[in-house]
Amino acid sequence: MAIFDVFLLEAVLNGLLFGGVLALLALGLNLIFGVIDVVWICYAELVMIGMYTVYYAHVVFGLPLLLAFALAIPFVALCGVLLHWLVIRPILGSEPINQLLVTGGVLIFLQAFATLLFGIDFRNLGVSLPSLALGDIYLPWSRILAAATALGAMLGVWAFLRFTFLGTAIRAISQDRGVMPLLGADPSRIYLLTSAIGGGLAGLGACLLVLQYDVHPAIGLSFGPITFMICVMGGLGNLLGGFVAAFIFAQFVSLGGYFFHIEWGYVMAFVFFVAMMFLRPQGLFARRS
Amino acid sequence: MASGMPDSDRRLLVVRGLEAGYSSFRVLSGVDLEVRTGEAVAVIGPNGAGKTTLLRAISKLVEPTAGEVWLDGQPLAGLPAHRLPELGIAHVPENRRLFPRLTVEENLLMGAFPKSARSQWRERLAFVYGLFPRLRERRHQAAGTLSGGEQQMCAIGRGLMSGPRLLMLDEPSAGLAPVIVQQLFALVRRIADEGYTVLIVEQNIQQVLRIVDRAYLLETGRIRAAGPAHQLLASEDLRKAYIGL
Repeated sequence: MAIFDVFLLEAVLNGLLFGGVLALLALGLNLIFGVIDVVWICYAELVMIGMYTVYYAHVVFGLPLLLAFALAIPFVALCGVLLHWLVIRPILGSEPINQLLVTGGVLIFLQAFATLLFGIDFRNLGVSLPSLALGDIYLPWSRILAAATALGAMLGVWAFLRFTFLGTAIRAISQDRGVMPLLGADPSRIYLLTSAIGGGLAGLGACLLVLQYDVHPAIGLSFGPITFMICVMGGLGNLLGGFVAAFIFAQFVSLGGYFFHIEWGYVMAFVFFVAMMFLRPQGLFARRS
Repeated sequence: MASGMPDSDRRLLVVRGLEAGYSSFRVLSGVDLEVRTGEAVAVIGPNGAGKTTLLRAISKLVEPTAGEVWLDGQPLAGLPAHRLPELGIAHVPENRRLFPRLTVEENLLMGAFPKSARSQWRERLAFVYGLFPRLRERRHQAAGTLSGGEQQMCAIGRGLMSGPRLLMLDEPSAGLAPVIVQQLFALVRRIADEGYTVLIVEQNIQQVLRIVDRAYLLETGRIRAAGPAHQLLASEDLRKAYIGL
């Protein structure tokens, strides 16, 4: 019986580690939605671009892994800026359904483009980190590092939003975009900055995920729908709600995998999501208005 | 001096033949108005006369369809709304429009957004807190939790944070209890006495006329009367039509 509990604990800990990375992705997507009021359906495809960047920089061009990371993060941030400039900016005033269709179109475009460019092979860095052994519990270092880095990055974003002038402006614009010009702020510049941060977070997520998963053109599908669901569950645009929802979701997957099978974990998480949509359609932390 | 600008000495804001509206509905049909440096001027009139649209057209939230606006001799045509605060126009909009989940102090800091204002935020914050001690007491409180009167003070304070040459107030008394309205108007008078140029739009005609120097009566998009505030206050027609005495 004792050994049983140890594996349960291992599943809970793994869920926590998984939740950290999901929370990072959810933060990026939520930030974009909260400020720009557009959902980047193609958010996980930016992660895919970042993973390929790391792969090519490290494996093909032989750069040190950390340098590859240092290249990938600003590159994906730039992709976020381009996405905003080329695709989002012209449709800012459009119907939400059209915005969803356009960013969904970008998703398909990026997947197809990656397939043409890189082929359908699964690629990996060939880097294999050991596991941390705590008695009978084994936790892969790649997951521990990923979760710790994600937490650190989220803390950094929180401090930026909370303590800096521009961060305060980002929180302000998510509460009332219409009044910003009267204060002398050009919303389009804040949108670009936010897109860069959102892209940068996707790039960082890519660096953390590429240590654990193979890259292929459809890798975004493994994380995109989940990230979107987490954001909706926490209340779209609600940063704290997304953070908590990411850990709830990860526990469903991890514990479901422990008790039944990993696929059942996803099934239960989705059932929970559907139930939440009926019980708290505004999200876990709906604001009373 | 810009060409076409009427010759002036201390005229800070000059509005000539301003027309504006929403889609095909014209709200302003040729408004002329002037505000001199150091003056407190009111635009009064009934609901729907176009008072709010007048301020929105001056600050470019709606693009005027005709007419011109100059600030201290500089034509404002072609400038986007977000450029006006750095030129010296602070527009405190209808319904205050504070950021409800930011603290009072964060709301005030957002008022110092123009580059020209950012370096002076400390002095201006101290000035605003001196003017509204209640805001200092509540500086770490979310703005959405303030009372209506405090929210209006916060909105005006946010407008002052850019160190404006012209402070435009849109219906600051709306939705406030009568006793609070009196305090608020006294504060607006004090701001004017501090040397700020104020253009205030109000439905609360009798009270606002007691604290401004001059006023314009706006009706269905046109200026129907203008003059020193005490004259308008004494005018039989105005009293019959709007004050109900």
